[in-house]
Amino acid sequence: MNAAQDPEHAHTGRRGYRIGTLLAIVLTILPFWLVMDGVLDRTTTVVLIFAMALVQIVVHVVCFLHLDTRAEGGWSLLAFLFTAVIAVLTIGGSIWIMYHLNTNMMPMGG
Amino acid sequence: MSDNRLMQTIFGRLTWDALPLHDPIVLPVFGVVALGGLVTVFLLTRYRLWGYLWKEWFTSVDHKKVGIMYVILGIVMLLRGFSDAIMMRIQQAIAFGPNEGYLPPHHYDQIFTAHGTIMIFFVAIPLVVGIINFVMPLQIGARDVAFPFLNNLSFWLTAAGAVLVMTSLFVGEFARTGWLGYAPLSELDYSPDTGVDYYLWALQIAGVGTTLSAINMVTTIVKMRAPGMTMMKMPIFCWTALCSNVLAVAIFPALTAAFFLLMLDRYVGTNFFTNDLGGAPMMYWNMVWIWGHPEVYVLVLPAFGIFSEITSTFTGKRLFGYSSMVYATVVITILAYLVWLHHFFTMGSGPTVNSFFGIATMVIAIPTGAKIFNWLFTMYRGDIRFDLPMMWVVAFMLTFTVGGMTGVLLAIPPADFVLHNSLFLVAHFHNVIIGGVLFGLFAGIVYWFPKAFGFILDPFWGKVGFWGWVIGYWIAWTPMYVVGLMGTTRRVNHFDDVSLQPYFIVAMVGVVIIAIGIFGFIMSIVMGVKHRRRLADTTGDPWEGRTLEWSTSSPPPHYNFAFTPVIHELDAWYDMKRRGYERPADGYRPIHMPGNTASGVLISGLALVMGFGMIWYIWWLAALAFVGLLAVAIGHTFFLDRDYVIPPDEVARTEAHWHEQGALT
Repeated sequence: MNAAQDPEHAHTGRRGYRIGTLLAIVLTILPFWLVMDGVLDRTTTVVLIFAMALVQIVVHVVCFLHLDTRAEGGWSLLAFLFTAVIAVLTIGGSIWIMYHLNTNMMPMGG
Repeated sequence: MSDNRLMQTIFGRLTWDALPLHDPIVLPVFGVVALGGLVTVFLLTRYRLWGYLWKEWFTSVDHKKVGIMYVILGIVMLLRGFSDAIMMRIQQAIAFGPNEGYLPPHHYDQIFTAHGTIMIFFVAIPLVVGIINFVMPLQIGARDVAFPFLNNLSFWLTAAGAVLVMTSLFVGEFARTGWLGYAPLSELDYSPDTGVDYYLWALQIAGVGTTLSAINMVTTIVKMRAPGMTMMKMPIFCWTALCSNVLAVAIFPALTAAFFLLMLDRYVGTNFFTNDLGGAPMMYWNMVWIWGHPEVYVLVLPAFGIFSEITSTFTGKRLFGYSSMVYATVVITILAYLVWLHHFFTMGSGPTVNSFFGIATMVIAIPTGAKIFNWLFTMYRGDIRFDLPMMWVVAFMLTFTVGGMTGVLLAIPPADFVLHNSLFLVAHFHNVIIGGVLFGLFAGIVYWFPKAFGFILDPFWGKVGFWGWVIGYWIAWTPMYVVGLMGTTRRVNHFDDVSLQPYFIVAMVGVVIIAIGIFGFIMSIVMGVKHRRRLADTTGDPWEGRTLEWSTSSPPPHYNFAFTPVIHELDAWYDMKRRGYERPADGYRPIHMPGNTASGVLISGLALVMGFGMIWYIWWLAALAFVGLLAVAIGHTFFLDRDYVIPPDEVARTEAHWHEQGALT
């Protein structure tokens, strides 16, 4: 059932949207500020940006897409976690493999 | 000059040279195919079957009919893929020393590429998807799949891909790159002709179909099970179908993306996979194998499911270790994502990467081994009936175990460095795909054929087919293991070392025996149709089955079940029979069903035209077809009259008819 049809959920839903919007704004402004003001060194900044991007994903999924343990009897959460695992495996694995290939290959001429 | 320009705008790079008018091998084939096509068209017109085919089959969204169409597509393409195999075997049996054989490298390379592409994408996938389509909704007590129109569309998209591959035989050429189109060989610099474009467009169009179908099947299994059927009371075949389709949903995007980037390289001049300007051909291998390895499990898991159902039915026992079978399937599903690098151990990764993927590969053997033991323990002290489906199970267990062991051998990186790209590897994957997937599909076809058509296949010819395949397989591939272990490489059309010739002659004898097997399989259908009265199944339950599909008539009515079954136990139909179930004879209610639609055929037909236009650089045609495709797809959303209701008295008539038929025997 979607939030609009259910008054009780509509209330918590609206609060969820408010919290989500605030968090999303903060999590977007912070990385911009870090880069523009250059307050931290390069590596820390990069790590922080990636960390905040990941938190941003969680915020969107929970506050806007209403993913919780009960949605569709748990199937939504399961599907999301599965997707996350596959994405981490394939992207992480590919980076690991390509890094190795790059290191082990002879440098190309030119 | 301007005339030339005009012709190019109209026909792209399509000229008379694209037709095989002076090819001594292809031209006769073309003649035979054209003649066969004309005869078919003539017969269909003569007996006024077009309307019937269009109304009852092509536009049908009935999961049973879509499933049967998938299986027919798979069997037709099997014949094409097998002719390629026979041609390769003959070439390799004679092309030694001074004899160059009859296939020049240019032609031979297209044949092995087409063989691999067709056998995986247009034989194994359609057969697997077709059987899942037919059986799974019946097993979970549903009336159709979750998205019936999507199902019809998926089939026609797959068929459009198959038509494109077949077109390449007569108009232009097919790829010469091997079945995965490895870059940089598949780049424009090395493959400037239409071959790779045929390959890419055929697989992209069919790939969309496969992805949509996988989404459809997952949704159906998760959302449409009959009341009472919890996940752990679901037939094991449905579990394997679920895991297989979950795998497919996750991996096909990787293949689509890899092909899309390669298309960009070929059409607009990007450099993703070229070997200069920063391109990384290795990334292409990496991406296609992220798809490619799990794909093996997409195919073999449903085969495992088929073997499980058959073993349990023909031993008259419930499956040994049902829950361990489920867990093994799920573990294989997850591990399938962790092993893709074993397809390119030799590409240059360091020892840590290679050992990780090597060990992960070996670990998969554990759940797979657990499954073999579960089947053995199901058979142990069972009352085994050696009907044809059960014979396939035993042949599978013996054949597949050897293939599994050579697989573990190849999983050891140092061994792989020696055997990589050899005929040993080729023998290994034919061992698991023929011995695992194909035997499973044949077992499934024989097992569920009476459910689909109301009569069993002719047992004598079925056995001819069985022995032809099993003996033929071993005679054809054992010599390949031997020469591969000695270092013979794959994809070679001529050998200098004549001492190897006897092995290849033996292999050719094996492929001839397999041809007898295929002939036997076709004869089992022909003779089954001929003796359909004697072989009829009037009960709906010819094998003393245990799952729900056997509780309805053979063939099942459009609506599958007059009343939605309620499930209390695993092996629901066995449980119902044990408790003295009687079919209710009245109290029917109206049944709401999805209606036919022509959109699937139209969209796929336009996708086919678009693909053809893109392959031959006929831009206006491709653009026109694409716009038409969008228009039909959007138009379809306004088509709201897409369901109908079967009134209770029609249900009553259908059910009564079946009861009478059963009473007669």
